[in-house]
Amino acid sequence: MQAKSQKRDFHHALRVDNSLCTGCTHCMTACPTKAIRIRNGKASIIANRCVDCGECYKVCPVSAIEVEQDDLRMIFDYPVRVILIPSLLIGQFPRKIMASGIYNALKEIGFTHVFEVENTVDMVIEAGRQIMLESKERPMISPFCPAIVRLIQVKYPSLVEHIMKVNPPIDMSAMYYREKLRMSGIPAENIGLFYATPCAAKIAAVKSPVGEIKSALDGVINMDFLYNRILSFLQRKYTGTTPPETDDLLSSRGIVWSLTRGEAVHHTGRALAIDGIRNVNEFLENIENEKLDKIDFLELRACDESCAGGILMCGNRFLTVERLKYRAEEYRNREDDKERKVKDGYLNINEHGFLGNIDPRPIGRLDEDITQALKKMERKRRMMCYLPGFDCGACGAPDCQTLADDIVTGNAQISHCIFMQQQMTKQNLLSQGQAVKITEEIWGSDRLEKNCSKIGAQHENI
Amino acid sequence: MQIRHKIAGGDFTRAGNVASAVKKILQQLNIDHKQSKRIVIALYEGEVNVVAHAYSGVVDVDIDSEKVRITISDKGPGIKDIEQAMEEGFSTATPQVREMGFGAGMGLSNMKRNSDFMEIRSVPGEGTLVELINYIRPDAS
Repeated sequence: MQAKSQKRDFHHALRVDNSLCTGCTHCMTACPTKAIRIRNGKASIIANRCVDCGECYKVCPVSAIEVEQDDLRMIFDYPVRVILIPSLLIGQFPRKIMASGIYNALKEIGFTHVFEVENTVDMVIEAGRQIMLESKERPMISPFCPAIVRLIQVKYPSLVEHIMKVNPPIDMSAMYYREKLRMSGIPAENIGLFYATPCAAKIAAVKSPVGEIKSALDGVINMDFLYNRILSFLQRKYTGTTPPETDDLLSSRGIVWSLTRGEAVHHTGRALAIDGIRNVNEFLENIENEKLDKIDFLELRACDESCAGGILMCGNRFLTVERLKYRAEEYRNREDDKERKVKDGYLNINEHGFLGNIDPRPIGRLDEDITQALKKMERKRRMMCYLPGFDCGACGAPDCQTLADDIVTGNAQISHCIFMQQQMTKQNLLSQGQAVKITEEIWGSDRLEKNCSKIGAQHENI
Repeated sequence: MQIRHKIAGGDFTRAGNVASAVKKILQQLNIDHKQSKRIVIALYEGEVNVVAHAYSGVVDVDIDSEKVRITISDKGPGIKDIEQAMEEGFSTATPQVREMGFGAGMGLSNMKRNSDFMEIRSVPGEGTLVELINYIRPDAS
């Protein structure tokens, strides 16, 4: 048995803003782990099912899914303020905006030091190769995308052992830079390390890390917020800035690391790269049945075009990929591109390169007790004979099977199904008034009223 | 609880559908994921055998609080020498089937490895029946 002590609750970076949510069901249908239900006319997220992938955020037509973020002002609690930026940040801007201009804008925003996250990628590659040599487990699955790690924990518990326990570049870079500053004589308590994140999953991973005791970071700044701030500084063409402190330890490999195939190319044998959570789901399903074997390494990313398609990214993802590839090409032509520039010393692979245990956290159990679970399963299967089976979502659950699961686990009633309601009123088991009340409980008390501010209605958006 | 699924011979695109459906149920029943994985792998191999060799088949899954019992019965050519068929690497699959990545001769031995009990009965020219039993040990790991 695995240690229970690590089974803390997931921290989630995605929330529903009830003042904006119209209960339209788009998110409920899009969620790959069926973590959303509609109650009282609003979407509600079931915490232990959510993997912070951001599919709900992508489809919400009224921007009612919000991403938690730390207040920028908190950086000023620290005299030394380091922003760790993924190369994606620069990739979002057109090529004519130089990296140095973006660095200067970050200085203006308040950071004293800028460190690119992928500076430590070559160490991550080394640690990964070491694991591939030492471990017989195949395929090895990359731990890079936190939404995928969580997806595996909740939906594919038998594959948890396949997750490669290598620290991702952000953790390596945070540890490296903190140590470097400390060695230069800055007291540890004066150093604040912040991460510019392209997605919600990374925020959640920082706030409740998987396979680590404590995060190496002091806070997270969302990429879209930073993007807007940088653009407004660049617009003013302010030139009096002294550049922040930076280290250029990047390699061409680091620049494209977060793009699709960025990791897979570094592994020998059969290494596949799959992006988009639906594609990943389909693939993991087959891997779990051992339908696909003899694969050595899997790079799995929740977003289309990997992190360039992160929900907090502002540039067009295809253009971002293009710019990063162009930048990598420039670096590839440098003489020292082949060598690893981050040396052991501040950071040691054996000490800092590897993650601890990752626990499975399976969802969807009908009951802890098998006898009870069997009874509930039988009941569910009987119920499915009656539910209409076309997954309309009018019950507030994404599909009929999920409603049935909710019913047998005591989280919904059969009368939530509008078809069953019709049957029940016909048989005088339910009054018209009761049926209306049920509908209002799911869809909100004003949902049956006329509402002209809906998208496409007469006074849309007013 | 009883579940029954049909398998069509020759339809490789759907080989694995029964295993996937059963896997979802095992997960919901809170069956230890390591045991559940063995069951799903054994069932998948059995499913592929029916698809590759037989004309049609039926899978019956019977789950109670102690064990999962699976019987896979098919109408097909049957197995002439079961002992020989159990040997790793022994295969009667056609070159076409092998080209698709199936028929490496590991199916039956893999089923044996992933079940707690396995019995094969076969009548050449009529069909084959495989019975698999896996015991559920909730705290096995």
